[in-house]
Amino acid sequence: MTLSMHRTLPADLKAIQDEMEGHAAAYGLDFFDTVFEVLDYDELSMFAAYGGFPTRYPHWRTGAQYDEWMKGYSYGLQKIYEMVINTDPCYAYLLKANAITDQKLVIAHVYGHCDFFKNNAWFAHTNRKMLDQMANHAARINRYIDRFGTEVVEEFVDACLSIEDLIDPYLPHIRRRPAKVSQKKTEAEEPSRKQPMRFETRSYLEPYVNPPEVMSSLDDTPDQERAEHQRIPAEPQRDVLLFLLEHAPLKDWQHDVLSIIRDEAYYFAPQGQTKIMNEGWASYWHSTIMTRHGVTGPDLIDYADHHSGTMATSPQRLNPYKLGIELFRDIEERWNKGQFGPEYDTCDDIEKKENWDLELGLGRDKIFEVRRVHNDVTFIDTFLTADFCRRHRMFSFAYNDGSKNYEIQSREFDQIKQQLLNNLTNHGRPMIYVDDGNYRNRGELYLTHQYQGNELKLGEAQETLRNLERLWGRPVHIESVVDDLPTVLSFDGTDHEMVTL
Amino acid sequence: MPPGIERDVNRFKQIVRGKVRQNLRKYITRGEMIGRKGREAVSIPIPNIDMPHFRHGQKGSGGVGQGEGEPGQPIGRGQDPGQGEGSAGSEPGQHIREVEISLAELADILADELELPNIQPKGQDSIKSVKHKYSSVRQTGPDSLRHFRRTFKRALKRQISSDAYDPIRPVIIPTRDDERFRSWKDVSEPQTNAAVIYLMDVSGSMTDEQKEIARTEAFWIDTWLRRQYDGVQRRYIIHDAVAREVDEDTFYRTRESGGTRISSAYKGARIIIDRDFPPDDWNIYCFHFSDGDNWGEDNQGCLGILTETLLPVCNLFGYGQVQSPYGSGDFLRELKKIDGDWENLILSEIAGRDDIYDSIKQFLGTGR
Repeated sequence: MTLSMHRTLPADLKAIQDEMEGHAAAYGLDFFDTVFEVLDYDELSMFAAYGGFPTRYPHWRTGAQYDEWMKGYSYGLQKIYEMVINTDPCYAYLLKANAITDQKLVIAHVYGHCDFFKNNAWFAHTNRKMLDQMANHAARINRYIDRFGTEVVEEFVDACLSIEDLIDPYLPHIRRRPAKVSQKKTEAEEPSRKQPMRFETRSYLEPYVNPPEVMSSLDDTPDQERAEHQRIPAEPQRDVLLFLLEHAPLKDWQHDVLSIIRDEAYYFAPQGQTKIMNEGWASYWHSTIMTRHGVTGPDLIDYADHHSGTMATSPQRLNPYKLGIELFRDIEERWNKGQFGPEYDTCDDIEKKENWDLELGLGRDKIFEVRRVHNDVTFIDTFLTADFCRRHRMFSFAYNDGSKNYEIQSREFDQIKQQLLNNLTNHGRPMIYVDDGNYRNRGELYLTHQYQGNELKLGEAQETLRNLERLWGRPVHIESVVDDLPTVLSFDGTDHEMVTL
Repeated sequence: MPPGIERDVNRFKQIVRGKVRQNLRKYITRGEMIGRKGREAVSIPIPNIDMPHFRHGQKGSGGVGQGEGEPGQPIGRGQDPGQGEGSAGSEPGQHIREVEISLAELADILADELELPNIQPKGQDSIKSVKHKYSSVRQTGPDSLRHFRRTFKRALKRQISSDAYDPIRPVIIPTRDDERFRSWKDVSEPQTNAAVIYLMDVSGSMTDEQKEIARTEAFWIDTWLRRQYDGVQRRYIIHDAVAREVDEDTFYRTRESGGTRISSAYKGARIIIDRDFPPDDWNIYCFHFSDGDNWGEDNQGCLGILTETLLPVCNLFGYGQVQSPYGSGDFLRELKKIDGDWENLILSEIAGRDDIYDSIKQFLGTGR
């Protein structure tokens, strides 16, 4: 179904847009054309449930999300002010009921996002025509639904969505395949594999010159070694979805559905990788533009109220907006004053350090560079400083299995940083690889969870295995850690099994 | 609702219903629903209608926060919804979803699951209720009921015929005679009414657990009957050695103790029927819950009252005997003697919470 909700922007908002676009461009922000649309809350909720797109394939999960947004709004718990999607042109949606100051802020904020989408390296390989692509996906899945029935397709989509996060977010940026192929060749050339001597001859003489019995007796490569050579995949593979596409016994339409879900997962992946930076960057710019140009007298209170609401922190949740904007400001200040490099780092004199100002004025250039090359992990790894953690009263917390509480663990910089990086790596999800597609030589699928001190949620993992088995069609296993012991969880189509290694 | 999402929302609601259905036995067995009476809808917590993923569990999890506090200070319970587990709080926590579901809908799900037949009410034509239907028009009435179109038409006709109509300036002014008003007609409709009398033994031998079972069952029976009849009148009797008529609230909450004399309750029920519910006009239901530990001499009296005054007028008389650690359970045996003679006497033994489900089916499965 195609939805056309496009309405021309009211004149007052159009004027604000032009003004904000002017300011943004003057600061050097570089964005795709941006199309603003004003929506009612129910429409905005629908777009939010659809991940920002007007058309998605039908699925109950979007219904559930819509329901949640609507409930949250009607109970006054949450509100979506704005949404913007990574396409060219960029589409941004504004809530009709926003006060005019809010619209100003939000529009300025959106230009920050647009600049980020266009320039951040992690978005470089995303499909900027995703609007059409999504509609295309929807049409294809709708066609399968018409042909095979809602339940059949839904069941399959459910199974796919259950493992949608098992992708390799670096894949678009690295060519892994050709490297692998060349590696295979060298392996084949290795002399370690004993080839029986074979005399050159004409084909009809072959059985006499090189008798098969002799040939096979000479082939004394141990079975195990041979199995090793036929291992699929050759190396552990992170893109489980790709592995399934290439090796699972899927029907044509199932193959297509799975590839759709994989496409969309890759499209959304950079947004998960850059949440702190993206929100930080957009907030930095709305705050800069609004405080220097946008806010006129009567707006001030509304602006301050809204901005501080967005920046609010809480003990249990790190606010990505707050962390991002403060880090960008910190970087800007440090590079303006030259507070970086070995000379500054090795300086022991606190007073000297505090007043360190080389008046370099490199801050602006630096943050533009940062927004181009970093993602959240490298951003935190490179720019989070002990000083920053102290100023923002950051701490790390951990789950205490004894008291069943989350407790503050440490205010040590190293620990905070380590914890934060752990949380950000792979978007806080477990790292899972396909280890063997022919496990026990029975065509069973063997995954490994790269354990990093955090165990899987057992019940949910088993449910996921069940879905995976549906796709693979043969028993599936995942090696992980349960109660501090290495364990393999298995599902063979009827029963779950748990074996401690 | 925007048209695109509607399909997804409906599908989601279907799934929610399915979940409720799957876990119905659990919801029924627990007494949680009760005490939410007086509302048309109950909200049921449904865990985890979400796609399962490989995810980290709580053990070994942690995060980074901001604010005051010393190391070791707790900042939140585990398993709280919205816990900052996972990725620096950018991901929503595991929600337990509260779904609102109307009691009527719940009754339907219950009926589907238990395969309850629809009740065939007696005396369908004997009870008439009168309803007003606004289907006619008359010349007088309040302004709020004025029928604008008819009034306008009549005024237009009059002005055209009296040549007072000016097509260039078509002003129509209705006069008193033009005005027409909506009006009602009395329509009598057959109505099916039901009276339900709940009797509960609150004597000393009934423990709180037993009373809770009885109440839970009464609640579900009530939900179903209300779905089946237009108007359901309810009366509540609690008894130990003497019977008392109480209101709904007391029935669901009271704690008493004392001996047991069931006949007192049956007499009470009879009095209520005589007073309020002439059997020709009402579908009468009685449900009695007890541990069956009646005072020995009283049994004969009970049977007498039952066979002579209650069973002949009731659509259904249900006796649920809740197993009690103290009770002898005699009364059920007594009732079994007359069970064969009366089709509308249903006996059910409830050993524990898990039997509530089947017991409801026994009671309501007859379609009476």
